Amino acid sequence: MTVQVPTSMSADTTTHTALAHREAGMPTPLVGMLLFIASEVMFFGGLFASYFNARAVHIGEWGPPAGAPELEIFPIALPITIILVASSFTMQFGVWAIRRGDQRAMRNWTLLTLVLGVTFLIGQIYDYTQLGFGISDGAFGTVFYTLTGFHGAHVFGGAVGLTILAARASQGQFSKQNHVAVEAISIYWHFVDVVWIALFSTLYFLR
Amino acid sequence: MATTALTPTSETYRRSWVIEWLTTVDHKKIGILYIVNSFAFFFAAGILALLVRSELAVPGLQFLDERTYNQAFTMHGTIMIFLFVVPVLSGFANYIVPLQIGAPDMAFPRINALSFWFLPLGGLLIFSGYLFGGAAAEGWTLYTPLSGGKFSTGVGTDLWLIGLLLVGTASILGSINFIATIFKMRAPGMTLFRMPILVWTVLVTATLILLATPVLAAGMIALFIDRNYGGSFFDPNTGGNPILWQHLFWFFGHPEVYIVILPAMGVVSEILPVFTRRPLFGYRAFVHATIAIGLLSFSVWAHHMFTTGQVFMPFFSFMTALIAVPTGVKMFNWLATLWRGSIILATPMLFALGFLSMFLIGGISGVMLSAPPIDFHLQDTYFVVAHLHYVFFGGSVFGVFAATYYWFPKMTGRRLNEPLGKVHFWMHFIGFNLAFFPQHILGIQGMPRRVADYSPDAGWTLLNLMSTAGAVLIAASVLPFLVNVVATFINGERVGDDPWEGNTLEWATSSPPPAHNFDKLPPIRSERPVFDLRHRHDAERVSVAKVEDQ
Repeated sequence: MTVQVPTSMSADTTTHTALAHREAGMPTPLVGMLLFIASEVMFFGGLFASYFNARAVHIGEWGPPAGAPELEIFPIALPITIILVASSFTMQFGVWAIRRGDQRAMRNWTLLTLVLGVTFLIGQIYDYTQLGFGISDGAFGTVFYTLTGFHGAHVFGGAVGLTILAARASQGQFSKQNHVAVEAISIYWHFVDVVWIALFSTLYFLR
Repeated sequence: MATTALTPTSETYRRSWVIEWLTTVDHKKIGILYIVNSFAFFFAAGILALLVRSELAVPGLQFLDERTYNQAFTMHGTIMIFLFVVPVLSGFANYIVPLQIGAPDMAFPRINALSFWFLPLGGLLIFSGYLFGGAAAEGWTLYTPLSGGKFSTGVGTDLWLIGLLLVGTASILGSINFIATIFKMRAPGMTLFRMPILVWTVLVTATLILLATPVLAAGMIALFIDRNYGGSFFDPNTGGNPILWQHLFWFFGHPEVYIVILPAMGVVSEILPVFTRRPLFGYRAFVHATIAIGLLSFSVWAHHMFTTGQVFMPFFSFMTALIAVPTGVKMFNWLATLWRGSIILATPMLFALGFLSMFLIGGISGVMLSAPPIDFHLQDTYFVVAHLHYVFFGGSVFGVFAATYYWFPKMTGRRLNEPLGKVHFWMHFIGFNLAFFPQHILGIQGMPRRVADYSPDAGWTLLNLMSTAGAVLIAASVLPFLVNVVATFINGERVGDDPWEGNTLEWATSSPPPAHNFDKLPPIRSERPVFDLRHRHDAERVSVAKVEDQ
């Protein structure tokens, strides 16, 4: 009953596997990053659903608990939003630089992006100290800190990625043809930016 | 120019087998690690099930107090679902999918190893509740407000959340890996519609994991914040909503049912054609049905929540019943594959047929529960327990054993002993039905799930005793299985590379395969390349015969 397939193969019916896997279409690491971002979209989707659920079942005016000051976009929230959005542009200039093969410009744009990202984080932490309410102060406090906190953690993760990119660029590891890590981190950074725009609009404008 | 050895011998990389298995990034070894780890958790959770069934055998509290009992059924459900059925199927997929698409490995081998190693860590964290004042005891669904800090004060619930977050992260990373592998690593000629059905089901399953698990992760983090940082996601006293947990849990939890059943369907769809000597009937219809189940699975979650009164029942009831359509298509395909086939009743085939019959019962009771009037009556009774075991155990676990018997020769070069396998199957099959069929009747009679005791006057004693006897028989059936695996591994019959005359590419290489999987691949011109290769001269013979006839 047994058919010994491999030994019975004749050369004319076979192809070599080792040479067969050519890269075509999107590079595999980018596919992985896009899939990861799909899962992140669902994660933030769950958090946003929790936010809107808390809002829907809330009785009375929705917002910071009584006694705490009203949420204001000045002097912190709007400026750090502009900074984070600007960092998406600087990131993209870095990507375009390495696509031209200009590794030095790419490293500088990446470092500028990193500085903007860290500025955002510092601004957000400072904002936390000024808000006058905490995570345990009712439903608004819980969803506010959970959503902005997890977004901040993602910015931090992106900043780690940017640091690695800058370090690798200093080592001369990227080129016009070989820079998939730059593309992948840039997609992630744009995603984190988009999440913040959604979060900022939801928390500050959808009142 | 220096010459480079294109085929380095394995001696170059030789190291102790402990280090080799701890650090391996080979998808085949990781697959075996998955399977062995999952079976270890299967036996642990099986012992918990025996404790539960022993307590319920007769009225009165004999072995466990209520608290221990609650921990036992919670841990049983959690471990069986998250650390046995899902990862064991991932293990088989890990081993088989790259082989079936003619790839040398997964797309991200190191992430593959990472997603495996999170599993024992997560599982031990979940179990470690027993060391710190008691494991989680709120049922595997961990409903709020019961699981909130007010009513579940122990750290067992927190450990459950942390452990399951790790396991969930592992599944997400694994699913990214599977999707990237299937889209990027297929051999030339392996078009999407030539992929084996198992690959299709794994692709849809991975997509479900990718999109459903993060929502549960968000819910578990919210619950963790509620319990430890004074959050108010689920506490109505501070503006939260306990029903939100059910939404987040079941938005993951219902796709989870298909995450568990689709790969088992894939396994059965690989086995039926081989053991009937026929191609799978309606390959394309089967693929479309799989995709349809995947899509529909995201629109049915609230059928677990009819009795909350907070969901739109006509929609969720209709969508739930609709899933029976693509599932029915698959059932038709399987039966049509069997029709007039040359059926070989080897052990993998027996388990595959067991899957068909038992999953059919689980599917029918599922359609019954999709009707709100019936669901209101049967919610949280033993009918639901029977239904979910006919799907998880009668469906997925039969698929797991079918896969074990079918691919054991691939992994070891040795075939599991057939008579012992048949003893295992019949003990398993009879024990399963004895354990779970009476639970349908118990549920209709009103016996609630998750109770440690019942009244002797309720009239439930005989059926409970039968159910416990069945559970003991299932436990006993593990013995011939374990003996078989160990004995075969040490001294089993060597059966060559392709003992079953398989159709798909994993049978085109040696058993066990080399680290790089294939030296050469046959041409891929259909979904059965090895069948085509085996019969490549038949067409010539037929045409010659026709010419001679004329």
